[in-house]
Amino acid sequence: MSQRTLPLLIINLGGEMLYILDQRLRAQDDKTQRGCWTEGDRKRVMNDIAATLFSKMFLEEILKPQDVFTHRALRTVLTRIAHASIMRLNPASMDKLYDLMTMAFKYQIVLCPRPRDLLLITFNHTDSIKGLVRDSHNLVNQINEAQRQLIELYTPLSDGEFQLIRHTLLVLFQDMQTRVSIFLQEKIQNPNGRFVLSTSGPVPYGYEVPGSIRWFTKGQEVRRTVFPRGENYTRALHDASFDLSGDRVTRLGTNMYSEASPEDSQASDTSNSTRKQKQVDLQCKHPGTFKDS
Amino acid sequence: MYHKEKSIQIKSSASALYNNLSVLRIAPRCLTYFTVVHANVVNMVSASWDSLNYSHRQLQSKEGSVATSSSLIMQAAWCVLPSRDLLVLTSQKGIQMYESDGSIMVYWHALDTPETPTAKAVFARGIAAVWEKYICVGVSSGSVLVFDVPSKGSNITLSEVLEEHKEAITDMASECSGSLECIADLVSADDSGLLCMWKSGEDFQLLNKIPGFDTSCSSVKLWKGTVIAGYGTGQIRLYEGVTGVLHAEVNAHARWIYSLDIAPFTGLLLSAAEDSWVRVWHLTLTPETNSVEIEHMYNECITDTQMCGAKFCDGDGYAFAVTGYDLSEIIRYTQA
Repeated sequence: MSQRTLPLLIINLGGEMLYILDQRLRAQDDKTQRGCWTEGDRKRVMNDIAATLFSKMFLEEILKPQDVFTHRALRTVLTRIAHASIMRLNPASMDKLYDLMTMAFKYQIVLCPRPRDLLLITFNHTDSIKGLVRDSHNLVNQINEAQRQLIELYTPLSDGEFQLIRHTLLVLFQDMQTRVSIFLQEKIQNPNGRFVLSTSGPVPYGYEVPGSIRWFTKGQEVRRTVFPRGENYTRALHDASFDLSGDRVTRLGTNMYSEASPEDSQASDTSNSTRKQKQVDLQCKHPGTFKDS
Repeated sequence: MYHKEKSIQIKSSASALYNNLSVLRIAPRCLTYFTVVHANVVNMVSASWDSLNYSHRQLQSKEGSVATSSSLIMQAAWCVLPSRDLLVLTSQKGIQMYESDGSIMVYWHALDTPETPTAKAVFARGIAAVWEKYICVGVSSGSVLVFDVPSKGSNITLSEVLEEHKEAITDMASECSGSLECIADLVSADDSGLLCMWKSGEDFQLLNKIPGFDTSCSSVKLWKGTVIAGYGTGQIRLYEGVTGVLHAEVNAHARWIYSLDIAPFTGLLLSAAEDSWVRVWHLTLTPETNSVEIEHMYNECITDTQMCGAKFCDGDGYAFAVTGYDLSEIIRYTQA
């Protein structure tokens, strides 16, 4: 479908990967065992991964019009990006990390109020990543440059074209129902794996609240009636910023792990509820290695 | 007004696509066929009216000389013509037409796809059967392809290409009231919200262009000369087709509308959107005063589901069916 999907896919998934790894590395920080991750190590991993994700050459490649990657190709690319740092993930850990990343992004795409808000979700990721690597001015500038390219490419697209990008992503993530601990706890995912969709709150900016019918004669409104709409929506107060910085309004794409406990970046088993819960457990045995428990 | 019936399970879940449900009622055999698109596959299920027998078939997208392909299907719909019914599939690569039970492919039309990918996606979307012998299909470039369909056999030919739209076609609809007095036979809609009214014939004639308001029109219907259009803003607009006069604007949904359907014998209108709501309305036309009334009749919320298809199962609107993204069932309702 859309030939413009790949940059948004990679940057948002890369962003989720950085959030999860940052949170897991922080969880290792206070252990006193020999060979654990220091704050310096963590920052170095974050910087190395971000530098690869936003490298000029890589961006040039993904910004070309092309079909979206398959899951296998996507996983390979994201594994390579993760391994640009001193950290190593074994295949089982990478599997679980991939599950978490994809379910988080799927949640954001599904709940996205307007298709154009995909860009706001992307900017929430880039804003947060800049925060994670703020000590490196060069890297922040590199991310700003990437953001400028995204603004240039995506701002002219119509809502219909954004919806096509969204549909392309939704096909890619179709039928993925992995249960995620933090989603279950926050009650944004049901035990059956489906996301909770609210039927109240603000409508997208610029939309009218449902419930009224306007009648026209010769182009002029002559009458207005109401109907029972069954839910409780409100008007949106202001639009978000699509610039380099600003209020993005939506929380989708922000770092949900930044205030969470270490156990929150865990995936549950997708199949029968009788199975034991698996964990993305990043136990530290050697510097630069994560292993499952 | 309606109560839930037993759902029909389908082999794979519905994709998030506009108008992702098509229904064909086969009265002589007491059967109803349903189709739902999942990525590169169309799930077809035939349900007996006593709800005791179901049979399933899956059709796959085609690409060039390859019978099965990974190219994504954008829409599947039955086209009912006086002499025959055909099932039409539109994908990124082309247009496939099957006998109505999906058993035999009778025609394949390949889209012009560029050698190297361009920024603009290429696909076909928007399907309508137009009296007496035409099947019209929209393309992402904005073109509308008109196919001339013989009463039997596979000698289907591309007879005309209509070039009025500049944005991707989203949906098309033919006049469904059965009235021979209606001037316009076909309405086409695109991503900018532009609506074009057409009269069919050896050469299709453009009757009117109703400009959009920079919002995609994702689903459209034509009934007794009235255009009923559903938009990405969640609004439904009613226009007099030939003149373009706006009768009414309904703030119907809080999210993008994916599907509209009309029951031609009663004027019941069905709308479904990403906001999880399905709504039923009633349209009345008064030809003497040239006025249209729309009255809200019924609401149903399908919890935690973004609707992608909604269709009445009969011409009176006695029953309707809906599909939702990631759901592997067709949910049904009948009047209480």
